[in-house]
Amino acid sequence: MPPDIEAIAEQVFAALADPTRRAILAALASGGPATATDLAGCLPITRQAIAKHLALLGEAGLVTAEPGERRRVRYRLRSAPMQVAQQFLAALARDWDSTLGALTEHLDRGE
Amino acid sequence: MGFPDRIERTVEVAHSPEKVWAALTTAAGLAAWFGNEATIDLRPGGSARMRWHAEGHTADMRVERVEEPRVFGFTWHIYGLPEDDPRRTYVEFTLEPAGAGTRLTVVESGFAQLPADTHRTAYDGNTQGWASELAELVSYLDAA
Repeated sequence: MPPDIEAIAEQVFAALADPTRRAILAALASGGPATATDLAGCLPITRQAIAKHLALLGEAGLVTAEPGERRRVRYRLRSAPMQVAQQFLAALARDWDSTLGALTEHLDRGE
Repeated sequence: MGFPDRIERTVEVAHSPEKVWAALTTAAGLAAWFGNEATIDLRPGGSARMRWHAEGHTADMRVERVEEPRVFGFTWHIYGLPEDDPRRTYVEFTLEPAGAGTRLTVVESGFAQLPADTHRTAYDGNTQGWASELAELVSYLDAA
C-alpha cells in the first residue's frame, strides 16, 4: 500500500480532532466556497485564528485556495482526503465477527 | 500496518459445506442470516441484492466466483463512500471440509485501493464536474 494513503488519513483525523476546524469544514460543506472573512462572520472566532486553521487544512489537502473577486482568496472544500479516511473507517466498521456469528446461529437452528 | 487493506476471518461450523453453501448463495439463505431480504442470480457477473429493513440500507453485489461448494465471491460498494463511487471491495468465502463440518473463511479486500498519485486528479475532476453541471443547470433554467 502506498504510504501516502496512511499519511493522508492521518492528516484528516488530526484536522477533524479540532472543533474549530470541524466547524470551518462544516461551513464550507454546507455553504460552499468562502473567504476567511466570510467564515469569521459565521463562526465565533477571529479572522486570524481562522486563517491559521485554513493554512493547516490546506496542508492536509482538505481545502484549496482559489482567487476570488477583488483578489480575495476563497477556500473550497476538497473531499478527496476525506474519502481516503472513509476507506479506513469502512475497514474498521466492517463487522464480519457478528455477521459470521449470525450465520453460525442460522445453521445451528437448522433452518 | 495501520491501514488494513484486507479483513480475514475463519469460523468452524458443525454443518456440511453443502449446507453452508446454501446459506451463502441462495436468496432464502442470505435473507435468513445476512440481510432481511435478498435476491441473487448465482453466476459470475450475476446481480445480488440485500436489504436491511431497520437500517433502510440496501447492498448491491455482483457475483464474481461460483465454485460450488468451495468458493463464492462477490464485490460490493465500499461502505461510507458515495453511492456512485465505482470502487468496490471483493468478498470471498472459502469452504473447506473439516471433519463432519466446515471451515469457513471470509476475506474482504480492497479497502486501500486508492492509488495515491491519481486520487487528486480523479476527485478534483469530480468536484469540478459538479460545479460545472450546476452552472449548466442554472443557464438552462435561466434560458427557459
